[in-house]
Amino acid sequence: MPRIRRELYNKEICACSIFGAMNRDGERFTGKGVMLAIANMHVRGNGLGGGFAAYGIYPEYKDYYAFHLMFTGNSPEAKRSAKVGFDAFLCENFDVVSDEEIPHSDEAVVSDPPLIWRYFVLPRKQGEEALLSDEDYIVKMVMRVNTEIENAHVFSSGKNMGCFKGVGYPEDIGEYFMLDKLYSAYTWTVHGRFPTNTQAWWGGAHPFSLLDTTVVHNGEISSYGTNRWYLEMYGYACTLQTDTEVIAYAADLLMRRQKIPIEIVAKILAPPIWNSIDRMDEKEKKLLTTLRMVYGSLLMNGPFAIIIGQTGKMIGLTDRIRLRPITAATRGEMFYLSSEEASIRLISPKLDSVRTPNGGEPVVCELNNIRTVLE
Amino acid sequence: MKSFVFPEFEITRDEEKCGQCRGCERQCSFGTHTYDPLTDRLISDDYKCAGCQRCVIFCPKDAIVVRPTQSFYRPNASWSREKMDDLKKQAETGGVILTGCGNDKPFRIYWDHIVLNASQVTNPSIDPLREPMELRTFLGAKPDLMDISTTNGDVEIKTEISPNLMVETPILFSAMSYGAISYNAFRSLATAARQSGTFFNTGEGGLPKEMRQEFGKCAIVQVASGRFGIDAEYLNCASAVEIKVGQGAKPGIGGHLPGEKVSLEVAATRMIPVGTDAISPAPHHDIYSIEDLSMLITALKEATNYEKPISVKIAAVHNFAAIGSGIVRAGADIIAIDGLRGGTGAAPKVIRDNVGIPIELAISALDRRLKNEGIRNRCSIIAAGGIRCSADVIKAIALGADAVYIGSAALIAMGCTLCQKCYTGKCNWGICTQDPRLSGRLNVDIASQRLTNLIHAWSHEISEMLGGMGINALESLRGNRDHLRGVGLYEWEMDVLGIKGAGE
Repeated sequence: MPRIRRELYNKEICACSIFGAMNRDGERFTGKGVMLAIANMHVRGNGLGGGFAAYGIYPEYKDYYAFHLMFTGNSPEAKRSAKVGFDAFLCENFDVVSDEEIPHSDEAVVSDPPLIWRYFVLPRKQGEEALLSDEDYIVKMVMRVNTEIENAHVFSSGKNMGCFKGVGYPEDIGEYFMLDKLYSAYTWTVHGRFPTNTQAWWGGAHPFSLLDTTVVHNGEISSYGTNRWYLEMYGYACTLQTDTEVIAYAADLLMRRQKIPIEIVAKILAPPIWNSIDRMDEKEKKLLTTLRMVYGSLLMNGPFAIIIGQTGKMIGLTDRIRLRPITAATRGEMFYLSSEEASIRLISPKLDSVRTPNGGEPVVCELNNIRTVLE
Repeated sequence: MKSFVFPEFEITRDEEKCGQCRGCERQCSFGTHTYDPLTDRLISDDYKCAGCQRCVIFCPKDAIVVRPTQSFYRPNASWSREKMDDLKKQAETGGVILTGCGNDKPFRIYWDHIVLNASQVTNPSIDPLREPMELRTFLGAKPDLMDISTTNGDVEIKTEISPNLMVETPILFSAMSYGAISYNAFRSLATAARQSGTFFNTGEGGLPKEMRQEFGKCAIVQVASGRFGIDAEYLNCASAVEIKVGQGAKPGIGGHLPGEKVSLEVAATRMIPVGTDAISPAPHHDIYSIEDLSMLITALKEATNYEKPISVKIAAVHNFAAIGSGIVRAGADIIAIDGLRGGTGAAPKVIRDNVGIPIELAISALDRRLKNEGIRNRCSIIAAGGIRCSADVIKAIALGADAVYIGSAALIAMGCTLCQKCYTGKCNWGICTQDPRLSGRLNVDIASQRLTNLIHAWSHEISEMLGGMGINALESLRGNRDHLRGVGLYEWEMDVLGIKGAGE
């Protein structure tokens, strides 16, 4: 048997700013406000990564999976050739409805952008794959592209939503993709990044996404190795060299595949301490003990604050001992999550309520009427 | 026949200090010290000394020094003194050389080539004195998926969860049978396990009836090839059942408790006649293949009404990872692997010193194998054999173990000095003997307190190291090789361990 080589992957360590804004009525708004808000937390990043997730931006293509692709390489030819390789794969496995280069502004301050393309596709399942659900099929294909096709990375793969990310300050990335002009969404999540130990590359910026689940994350997951192997057993390949993707995959595994409600998922990712569990009533004690027993390997240890975006939903969560803060606020139909309250106040000086949730306590905002988006 | 073997130790007595109290004479079961009334002096016979240091520690005047003998053959890199002495002993006796304790040869100790991580700047380290630090661990099979239903916010788990052992700290006492060790030593382990929220393992010698009610809850009972002391009550009073297939000190070899050690009580516990040799065959004669193991696992689950996890203990040998995978598929809830340096009460020296592989490599290989096959959730791994301190424990867990067994470490806490004379039944420390005069030396209250202290101290140290890494629950370290780096290892060794080199 050939020897299994040890991996020399790099776990990325970064401190960051995160921001999220959602309109509960499903009314869509441009990225202008969130760009302003994240720019207010400029010093929390260092210009080595910024990104946005936007929900509800492709109403005309809402029934198709929107793939955002990054083709990297040293020269334009290398990027083109990565695209050629991917296109061949895509045509074999999907029906492509439309595709184009994602428009961008050349005036923005970003370094070495890859070729970024979007495709609207429907799965074309063949043979045994016909047994898979559409979503499982997409996950499988995304994993395959990201591990097998060199220099091609799928960084967004949901319906009626998309991620935009790259190397630069988030406000510059927003400008590069012209998010304040071209798109309007009912939920925006944003990330400004301060990586410390890896070379910045476009794929490493946040958000991380799989299907319509996106994660922006501030913190370092010290349980990364444990979380990663657990997810790998379920077919998730962690290829993006950062600890945030494990949260995206854990969310996909628990919420989409196992259909566990977010309140319970929060208890898996950031469970209460045993001292508290032991004092609970029998029923709750049994539930939480079982969750920790079974899902101990998905406990996210170390400091984090995350915003998970999903169709019709935005969720904020901090680690179990709240080493990284998050502030939640509402104003009318608007719901905000932010690393710093000042950023929320900047775009909405008056707020109906402001609070800092406890460690491990999820803050969930859902659309008042999910149908406004789906239909 | 005149023996040509050197004494191993030489004893010097400071005649100025010696008060002729004859304490050393009484302490030594090997008859090393004798009193000469004519000269009113104590005389020592170096040839009889086991080097256990009992007389040294108990001499009220600190008059005795025991150290390895100064005499030496002409130095020879190939023919070490040990090799020559062993050879001479065999020339004189024609027998197999017996020994006790674990492999003492200088095989690479990987623990000492692995360093741990700590948080700096980007991730706050956690102070275990101020923040909760959780070492609680569940040992047993876990489901891959859970079926959870919610109706009006009321959450219900529909999946049936297999029985698991809950330990408050990931350190369990390894299998040491009553018979091999004294009743007092056995009871001390049980008492300490109960006090520390962990488990002791009965070994293959049964569990004395009067201990079942009191200590069953913190016992893992063993079913070994000799099937000693097994009845329905034995299986059902315990928290888990372990099938012992192999032992790190003597893989492929059975056990032999000499008749002299089979006292009335040992005989009753083992359910054999007094004074007869208790022989455990090398293999289980009902397990000649993996499907046979599967049947025994099922039989034990039937016998215990599917209420207890079933563990299978094997020695770490060359292709054990594949065997481990088979064991999981055969239905075991826990795999205990015992490495090259695992201890024993008696084993042929040539086996102890030459068979098996180091536990560090074994843990990593098994963990990775089970993950690659997607069945790691279906069992827990307990690592045994050569765990010497809390750092070894935490490294074992980061390499993929769920918990560890400690054997030698527990004995050392009770007084053992690893003199390797366990097989003689003359343990001066009252641990590995059935002589009531000797075993009476071990006070259960004191010995169990020493063991409890050890577990407490190690747990505290584990918390400190864990907090330093910015982790507050042990499960977040399991298999988390990211927190380990190798120093002074070859590339292939780091491949097997799955760790990066320091600075990489």
